[in-house]
Amino acid sequence: MSLFGEVPQATPVAVFKLSNDFKEDANPKKVNLGVGAYRTDEGQPWVLPVVKKVEKIIVADNSLNHEYLAILGLPEFRSSASKIALGEDSPAIQENRVGAVQCLGGTGALKMGAEFLRRWYNGNDNTKTPVYVSAPTWENHNAVFSNAGFEDIRPYKYWDAEKRGLDLDGFLGDLESAPKHSIFVLHACAHNPTGTDPTHVEWMQVAEVMKRRKLFVFFDSAYQGFASGCLDKDAWAVRYFVTQGFEMFCAQSFSKNFGLYNERVGNLTIVARDSDNLKRVLSQMEKIVRVTWSNPPSQGARLVAITLNTPELFAEWKDNVKTMADRVLLMRASLQAKLQALETPGTWDHITQQIGMFSFTGLNPKQVEYMIKERSIYLMASGRINMCGLTTKNIDYVAESIHETVVNVQ
Amino acid sequence: MALLKSSKIISTVGVHPPLGVLSIRASSWWSEVQMGPPDPILGVSEAYKRDTNSKKINLGVGAYRDDQGKPYVLSCVRKAEAQIAAKKLDKEYLAIGGLGDFTKACAKLALGDDNEVIKSGRNITVQTISGTGSLRIGANFLSRFHTEARDVYLPKPSWGNHTPIFKDAGMQLKAYTYYDPKTCGFDFQGALNDISKIPEKSVIMLHACAHNPTGVDPRPEQWKEIADLVKKRNLLVFFDMAYQGFASGDIDRDAWAVRYFIEQGHNIVLSQSFAKNMGLYGERVGGFTVVCKDAEEANRVESQLKILIRPIYSNPPMNGARIAATILNTPDLYKEWLGEVHGMANRIITMRELLVANLKKEGSTRNWKHVIDQIGMFCFTGLKPEQVERLTKEFSVYMTKDGRISMAGVTSGNVGYLAQGIHAVTK
Repeated sequence: MSLFGEVPQATPVAVFKLSNDFKEDANPKKVNLGVGAYRTDEGQPWVLPVVKKVEKIIVADNSLNHEYLAILGLPEFRSSASKIALGEDSPAIQENRVGAVQCLGGTGALKMGAEFLRRWYNGNDNTKTPVYVSAPTWENHNAVFSNAGFEDIRPYKYWDAEKRGLDLDGFLGDLESAPKHSIFVLHACAHNPTGTDPTHVEWMQVAEVMKRRKLFVFFDSAYQGFASGCLDKDAWAVRYFVTQGFEMFCAQSFSKNFGLYNERVGNLTIVARDSDNLKRVLSQMEKIVRVTWSNPPSQGARLVAITLNTPELFAEWKDNVKTMADRVLLMRASLQAKLQALETPGTWDHITQQIGMFSFTGLNPKQVEYMIKERSIYLMASGRINMCGLTTKNIDYVAESIHETVVNVQ
Repeated sequence: MALLKSSKIISTVGVHPPLGVLSIRASSWWSEVQMGPPDPILGVSEAYKRDTNSKKINLGVGAYRDDQGKPYVLSCVRKAEAQIAAKKLDKEYLAIGGLGDFTKACAKLALGDDNEVIKSGRNITVQTISGTGSLRIGANFLSRFHTEARDVYLPKPSWGNHTPIFKDAGMQLKAYTYYDPKTCGFDFQGALNDISKIPEKSVIMLHACAHNPTGVDPRPEQWKEIADLVKKRNLLVFFDMAYQGFASGDIDRDAWAVRYFIEQGHNIVLSQSFAKNMGLYGERVGGFTVVCKDAEEANRVESQLKILIRPIYSNPPMNGARIAATILNTPDLYKEWLGEVHGMANRIITMRELLVANLKKEGSTRNWKHVIDQIGMFCFTGLKPEQVERLTKEFSVYMTKDGRISMAGVTSGNVGYLAQGIHAVTK
C-alpha cells in the first residue's frame, strides 16, 4: 500500500509539451513557434556577447566566492535593476521609497509579491481579495496567485478577437466594476500572449480609474527593452504610474532581455509611500523568502549587476537588446508583407502593430491543429506564435502554411 | 482605519510632493504591516558585522571557514567552473524538474550507485533551490497529497527554519524528544517513547547526519531500533540530509541511515543540500526525492511536483547544478571532491579537540566531552541564554541563543580566546 497510491497524473504544462512534441517530430521543415525564448536567424539560442564578456570577468575574479547572498539578494543588483524599471532619476528612488527583492526570475518575483499581498495588503487575510488578470494572459499568472492563496482570480477584458486589438472599453469597464482594493496584474509592455499594448493615452485612462477606485497596481515586466528596442520607451507605463503616486509592485524578469533564462534572474521592485513603510514591507518580505528559498542564486544577479553598473558594459548590453528587438521587428514586417503578397484572407496588420516576442495570429484551435499536424509548425492552441521562431530561411514556409491553413480550415 | 492612521505620516517625512498627488500620499497600503523580527540565525551574522572588536568571532551561520577564517571555494569547484566555461553552453531554460545530469547524480550520491530504488526507477528526484527549497517543495507536496495526516514531528530541537517552512505550507508541527540537555547527547529512550505514541501516517522528520543544531546523531544500532519503531507506527519518513560527507568525512557513512531505512522498506522523502559539502551556498543547489512504490507511481508524483514548482519559480537555476553535476560525473573531480570534503570535516574534528583541550588548559572542570562526541558543523555547547549573552557582550563571540556554535567559525588562531570566553561565563 503506497502513501501516494492516490496521486493522480497531472496534465503536462502546455508550452513545454509543445516543445517536446516538436523535438520528436521528424519533419525536416518543422518550425517551433512555441516557447518564449529568443532565437537568432539561424534558429539558435543566443548568449549575449556582453554576457560572455562578464562571465569571463567573474571567472577571473578570485576575490569572488559562492557564499550566501543576503535574504533579499545582492544589493547592487536590486538597486540597479529597480533603476532600470523606474529610471535613473526616478523621484521615488530619490525619495528613498523604492526597495526590491531579488527573486528567481519573473515567476519568483510575481510569487513573492503575491505571497506578500495575501498576508498584508488589505488586512491580514487577502484570500478573498479579487485578483484580476488580463483575458488572455500568461498561463502561469493564475497558478502563481492561486498557489499564493488567492481564491478569487478573475479575468479583465483585454483582447478583442474581432478587431484583433485592445478592448479598451471592456478593460475600463472591468476596472470600474471591480470591487475596491482588487489587485490588477498589468503587463508593462509586450503583452503576453497578444503582443497588444495600450497606448500612452489608454494607459492614462487606466491609471485614472485605478487611482479613483483604489485598485492595486501589480506590473509584470518581462520584456523591458525587448519590445521596442529601447529600455525607457518600454518602461513608460510603469514610470507613469509612479508619477501618479501609486504604491505598487513591479515584477521584473531578466530572462529575455539578458538572455539569462536558466540563471533565474528576477527582481520585485516595490514602490512605497515612504521609507518607513518600505522598511516594514521589506522585513516581511524576508520572512516569506526565508520559508521559500532562504536566499536567491548569486551567479545571474552578479552578472546583471556588473553589467548595469559598468558604463561600457551597460552600453553594450543596450546594443545587444536592440539587436534582438530589431530582428523581431524585421520578422514581423516580413511575415506581414508575405501574407499580403499571398493575398491571404483576412487582415494581417496586427502582426506589425503588435509588439514584443509574441503575436496573436488569430488562428483558431482547428487551424492551429492543422498547422501542427499537417505542416509541422508548432504554436500554442491560442494562436500565439513566438516571432523569434521565424528566420529568413523558414518565413516563406510559415507564410505559405498560414495561407493554406486559413484558406482550407475554418 | 489604516488610511486614517497613516495620514499623520506625511508630516514626518520631509517630502514635498507635487500638489495633485497630495491626497494619495496621505495614506499607505502598508501602515498596518508590522516590522518583522530579525531572523534568529541570520540576524547573528548581521550583529557580528556591526561589532568593531578586533577579536570578534562569528559562530553563527553554518558556513564553512578555513583555518584563516575565510570562505573556502573548493578546488574541484574551480576546476568544474573552468571546464564548464570552456564548453560555451547556452542559457536555455532547464526543465521544471531541473538538470537531468544533476538529479541522477544527486540521487546516486544519497542512495548509493547500486541502489535497487534507482535501478528500478522508482524514485523521482527533482532539482531544488538548495535545502530550503527542497524542504518547501516537500512540505507543499505532503500538504497537498498526504491528506491522511497534517502533523509533522520534528526532533526537539530542530533547525529553526523547519517550523516556519512546514507551517507556511499548511502542516502542523509537533515534536519528539531528541536532545538530552543533561548529557548534551541523544535521549534515545525519550525519543523511542515519544515516537511510539505518534499517530499512524504522521510525518516524522529525521536528520540524516550531523543533526542541526545539536550535532548529536544516533548510533547505527539506535537508528535500527528507530527504523523498526517507525515502521511499526506506519510513519512517513522525511529525511533532511544537508551535510552528507561533512559529518564524518565519508559520504557513504553519512548516508548510512537513509540507505538503511530504504532497505528496510521505508518509502522515504528526502531533502539534500550541496551548500555545505560542495561550498555552493549561494548557487542554491539541492534535490528533493520521493521514493515510490514503482516507476509508474514515480511518474505520477513527478508530474505533480512539476505542478507545484511551476507557480513558485518555473524552473531552477543552472549554474550551481551544472557545477555539482560536473563534479559528481567526472571521476577525477569526484575523487578530488571526496578528498576536500574529508578535509573540511577533519578540520572541524580537529577544532573540536582543540577547543576541549583549551578549555581544560583554562582550568575548566566542566565535562566537555560532548564537544568531541557531537558531529558536523554545529556544537550544542550547553550554554544557557544568559551565558550566551555574556559571551557576546563581553567577548564579542556571536552565536545563537540556544547555545549552538558553528565549529566552522573556530580556527587555531581564535580557539584559545574562545576557550577563555566560554570558561569565563561557565566557571
